[in-house]
Amino acid sequence: MALDLGPLWLTLKLATVTTLVLLVVGTPIAWWLSQTRSRLKQVVATLVALPLVLPPTVLGFYLLLLLGPAGPVGQLTQTLGLGTLPFTFAGLVVGSAVYSLPFLVQPVHNAFESIGARPLEVAATLRASPLVSFFTVALPLALPGLLSGAILSFAHTMGEFGVILMIGGNIPGETKVLSIAIYDHVESLEWNQAHWLAGAMVLFSFLVVLAVNLLGQRMRRIGHG
Amino acid sequence: MGPIYPILAILLLAGTCASLQADEVKVAVAANFTVAMKEIAAGFEQATGHTTRISFGSTGKLYAQIRNGAPFGVFLAADQARPRRLVEAGQASGRFTYAVGKLVLWSADPALIDGEGRVLARADFRRLAIANPRTAPYGAAALEVMKALAVDERVRPRLVRGDNIVQTYQFVATRNAELGFVARAQIALRPGGSSWEVPQSLYTPIRQDAVLLERAASDPAALALIDYLEGSEARAIVERYGYGLE
Repeated sequence: MALDLGPLWLTLKLATVTTLVLLVVGTPIAWWLSQTRSRLKQVVATLVALPLVLPPTVLGFYLLLLLGPAGPVGQLTQTLGLGTLPFTFAGLVVGSAVYSLPFLVQPVHNAFESIGARPLEVAATLRASPLVSFFTVALPLALPGLLSGAILSFAHTMGEFGVILMIGGNIPGETKVLSIAIYDHVESLEWNQAHWLAGAMVLFSFLVVLAVNLLGQRMRRIGHG
Repeated sequence: MGPIYPILAILLLAGTCASLQADEVKVAVAANFTVAMKEIAAGFEQATGHTTRISFGSTGKLYAQIRNGAPFGVFLAADQARPRRLVEAGQASGRFTYAVGKLVLWSADPALIDGEGRVLARADFRRLAIANPRTAPYGAAALEVMKALAVDERVRPRLVRGDNIVQTYQFVATRNAELGFVARAQIALRPGGSSWEVPQSLYTPIRQDAVLLERAASDPAALALIDYLEGSEARAIVERYGYGLE
């Protein structure tokens, strides 16, 4: 029995790239949410949380229309000479980033809020510019939140299925990720291969959640100590 | 040994009552037959007073669900292989061909496809959508056609695979794929775009078989639906959606 490991590497690549993208895009959003007094705050926080409650079919359907040749994003990417995003790895990164956004933003937002105003005020009296105090005070103090946000985004992207099923097109090496490969095996009655991949997935997910729990416990201990 | 007989009797009685009242039939239907089945179900409900509850999906998925105890009474597949396997496993009976599927190459762009399908040899498109050949018979037929025309090597890097034929249609309809192999039934009643009716000589006929599933072997609604599917009203609908008949 030849077990094709291509989908595994592709999934790890997708989860890594998505997590990096989310750290870059999501951290400023979390920071803004923790600092702002704007009336838009609750609106933005709600938008960020939406992927938690929307079924992947809704996200996938709108992504297919938005990113497609007739959609606004699709027309933009075509004008830029990038072609359209559905059925490409880049398209999956966009879809996964939207889908996993709350898993990064919410822990990081909480971490920023729990720092409180005091350390930043102290930094300001020492003449640190807002940008400098963000990088030298806020980010290091929020590190546990960033770490658990990154782990959760990574794990959530590993387990993503519905959105990818709708915009991926099941292309080996490009969009055929682990969950799709398992689904494919199950549907074509290759339950042996499905077992191997699915079992690996269960083990991996267990380890990730365990890591997050242990991390949380350690942080609480440090906090109390 | 004694006390078991009353219990058995009660169980038997309960079973009989249930089957007398059961006037709803749960039907598993291959995705390509979605629209036609809705119309057939409406006619069936009107003619018999029974009701239907229909689940659509790829033949492969529905088959896996049935093998694992999904509560369907009738299975309308998109192939012959899976119904045959169910019969061999003793999980179904009464296999018959209710429709013969026809494959078309279709594009939402009215100018893309000529009447001969030469666009395949030109291969001047980015994406061609087919149903997943491993689970959907229309996808397997599409591969056969491309092999017969000796364009499969050239087209392979441009293939995207829909989970079933409905998703394949959706990829083409949203223009995310410029063209794709879909079921004639999907475009039969919807004008627009351009298409090529693939000659039957290029692929194995897609005989779509239906079976009565074991759990509904004596269910009157399921039996009535099988009768209705073999009758002239249902066959007329099947034909109108562009399927062949046997």
